[in-house]
Amino acid sequence: MKLELRGVTKKFGSLVANDRITLTVESGEIHCLLGENGAGKSTLMNVLYGLYQADEGEILLDGVVQHFSGPRDAINAGIGMVHQHFMLIPVFTVAENVMLGHEQTTFGGRLDLDASRAKVREISARFGFEIDPDAVIEDLPVGVQQRVEIIKALSRDAKVLVFDEPTAVLTPQETDELMAIMRQLKANGTSIVFITHKLREVREVADRITVIRLGAVVGEASPSASNTELASMMVGRAIDLTIAKGPELPGDVSLIVTSLSVIDSRAQYVVKNVSFEVRAGEILVIAGVQGNGQTELTEAILGLQSRVEGSITLNGEELVGRPVGGMLDAGVGFIPEDRTEDGLVAEFTIAENLMLDRSMGAPFVRWGTLQLGTLDEFAEATLIEFDIRAQGITTRVGTLSGGNQQKVVLARELSRDLRLFVAAQPTRGLDVGSIEFVHTRIVQARDSGIPVVVVSTELDEVVALADRIAVMYRGGIVGIVPANTPRDVLGLMMAGEIPEGVAA
Amino acid sequence: MSSTLSSPALAGATTSPVHEKVIVRDWKFPVALDFFALVALIIAFAIPRAGVSAFRLSTDSDVLKLAPVMMPTTSTVIVVAILLTVLAVLSHWFVLRGKVGRTPLWLTAVFAILVLFAFLTWAASGHTIQVPGLLIGTLTLSVPLIFGALGGVISERVGVVNVAIEGQLLFGAFSAAIVGTVTHSPFAGLIAAVIAGVLVSFVLAAFSIKYIVDQVIVGVVLNVLVTGLTSFFYAKVLTVDAATLNSPERFAAIDIPVLSQIPLIGPVLFRQTIIVYVMYIAIFAVWFGLFKTRWGLRVRAVGEHPTAADTVGINVKRTRFWTVSLAGAIAGIGGAYYTLDVVGSFNKEMTNGAGFIALAAVIFGRWDPIRATLAGLLFGFATNLQNALSIIGSPVPSEFMLMLPYVVTIFAVAGLVGRVRAPAASGKPYIKS
Repeated sequence: MKLELRGVTKKFGSLVANDRITLTVESGEIHCLLGENGAGKSTLMNVLYGLYQADEGEILLDGVVQHFSGPRDAINAGIGMVHQHFMLIPVFTVAENVMLGHEQTTFGGRLDLDASRAKVREISARFGFEIDPDAVIEDLPVGVQQRVEIIKALSRDAKVLVFDEPTAVLTPQETDELMAIMRQLKANGTSIVFITHKLREVREVADRITVIRLGAVVGEASPSASNTELASMMVGRAIDLTIAKGPELPGDVSLIVTSLSVIDSRAQYVVKNVSFEVRAGEILVIAGVQGNGQTELTEAILGLQSRVEGSITLNGEELVGRPVGGMLDAGVGFIPEDRTEDGLVAEFTIAENLMLDRSMGAPFVRWGTLQLGTLDEFAEATLIEFDIRAQGITTRVGTLSGGNQQKVVLARELSRDLRLFVAAQPTRGLDVGSIEFVHTRIVQARDSGIPVVVVSTELDEVVALADRIAVMYRGGIVGIVPANTPRDVLGLMMAGEIPEGVAA
Repeated sequence: MSSTLSSPALAGATTSPVHEKVIVRDWKFPVALDFFALVALIIAFAIPRAGVSAFRLSTDSDVLKLAPVMMPTTSTVIVVAILLTVLAVLSHWFVLRGKVGRTPLWLTAVFAILVLFAFLTWAASGHTIQVPGLLIGTLTLSVPLIFGALGGVISERVGVVNVAIEGQLLFGAFSAAIVGTVTHSPFAGLIAAVIAGVLVSFVLAAFSIKYIVDQVIVGVVLNVLVTGLTSFFYAKVLTVDAATLNSPERFAAIDIPVLSQIPLIGPVLFRQTIIVYVMYIAIFAVWFGLFKTRWGLRVRAVGEHPTAADTVGINVKRTRFWTVSLAGAIAGIGGAYYTLDVVGSFNKEMTNGAGFIALAAVIFGRWDPIRATLAGLLFGFATNLQNALSIIGSPVPSEFMLMLPYVVTIFAVAGLVGRVRAPAASGKPYIKS
């Protein structure tokens, strides 16, 4: 099926998320939509899927103008979507999720689960998936959940399939498998729209590439274009994809984690018997697919997890069992994984956010009152030092862009006297400019002679930042390897394999 | 693992992420059982009551008559107290040595029944406990709770917290009384109760779904509004002309042939009015509807993950609106039970907090219609036990007995439920940008 978007415009208040976007996807082609986070790709696809109504422009399928008032219309017209955040009911089974919305019933209105099971098995067989129709979604790994999303779309006879940032949660191997699935779909005549900001994937699978920047189409590119060409089109200026990073000057072992285990509220070991050491002046990157215990590990280091076994010592001091305040006093700086949820108070100003973890005493609090003069001076200076683009220090943090929000978090943590710096997914969802800035600052923290622990799920970032890499899988560390370890080896380790020749 | 998969990475990806479980030893139950066993022992030895406790199992109208059971009070209580102690010790053993580190459910259930038996035997020394009356009273008190709880279950399953059950019951009772009296037809009264419940739901749904006002606040305000309105009209209109407005014809009890002849439970369950039979059907229908039909799948999807439901073409707001309305209809029937069956006229604030107990039954029943029904029966039993014992003149102060249903509710909801998962989107409005 041929899909055309003509002059689609979508506004949210004064913000123009999509500005007269025109796009053609031919039948049986993989069309990549390349753009930075926040460029308006997902908005465009939500318009296509009927979740949003376009303010202007039209959508055509095989030359016929479509009017979608909701997802049901889009589904009936043959559009399927694999969402970035999976649209699956966690407590339902695979079969129930696949049938939801177009259920078949038998006598007395009973759900025909057998028909749905058969459908799951039939589509699974076609693509070589191993999926139990009666498995409950929340028990399945994300890679498998994504396949359920694909099955769901195909069970509705989708002729145009949209993949919205599908590789964010996958291991490199799973990504390769997804590419193979896309090619197979294409061979069956399905048109595919593949939304991503990852250049390598685009070049590997795309037939055509449309680049979007700030809500508008900036041009088409061919899959043979180089990474640098694609990146500069996407960002709008020439960018350097490598990080300026001098050789490490490691000092003594500073952070020692020994046999650390974390137990979650469902009484499961989410981190199991993890041990590693980080030297002063060294970056240890913890790599792995999201959800393999990295979050809980970093939270344990900051004292945010309640059931922790084992030991964490920093310069000889034991940290396990201390309250969060004690951790901060010990000099632990922390960039949380989700800055809007755990890193900032959106309703507070920049200045207030900058003193959030220093409300216990000098210099910002004296005799129980805020020292607003000191705070303003500090905030003004920080705004300039960290290049935070805002109208002023009284701007509410919730109104800033993701990149500037992250700079506020970074500024707050790095302006303290640190003896350990922990950054969990510090560049997630940021634009390229902010990513460069955050990376530079992390390397600076290392060069100031403290141990740095970075959690990252992006292999590019892992390789760029790391002095050493620890790969986590299902709560354990698969192995700790040098920074120059080949990517395919890292990929295997992220799936729990220990390749030969790698010291576990 | 399938042998057709050659790539190790693919094979790894298709296994589920089984995390190693930690055994959590739950000491809550052993400690609670210790407490009750200790109390039983103290009562058995320190406050013994001589005499014989009788349990009557049949009424005079029964076809098959069972002989009353006579228990010597002192020795029975001592034997049961010792049994309770053994069970409490066993519970410790299960927690300490068992593979799951928990007290098994059967043990708790047996323990609870024995506690109840010991208490009744002790309290009824020298008297006779009318078991059929106790059971009939339990059902009577449970009917509104069960209707209310069913309304609560489906409403919360679709993602709207129904705090307005009390208002739905009360308005249902009020409307049934007036319409039932004016039309001289209890059926018209029943229909009026359904409509009244739906009207309360309409307000709840409109404010919480369309205008995104906090659901709990709307529910509380509705309860106050209905209480105020019905009390006003009761005082100003119904009492003035009770004969033409507040003396509805009541439903007559219908004997189900054969079933009503079953000893002990037959007369309790199958010599009832049509409202109770509607309740039996409603319990099954809500269970079947929620878990076996397209409607139920969609309702649960909307209550768990409304965005996901939206992306497969389910109209979230419309589903919520009509499901909440249905919840009101069911709760309204529970209201009619007061005026068209058990009491026979409307009184000021006659539901007396039953809607809130029903809400507790929803949670204690883990958002499941069958379990919520059992919870409603438990709360009804606790209330009725207090009535039964005050009639025979129990040694326990009546003020303490009056607390019993509420103590049971608090224990049940706070203590025994433990960690349960509500529908994920319950109480959260669905806002689409």
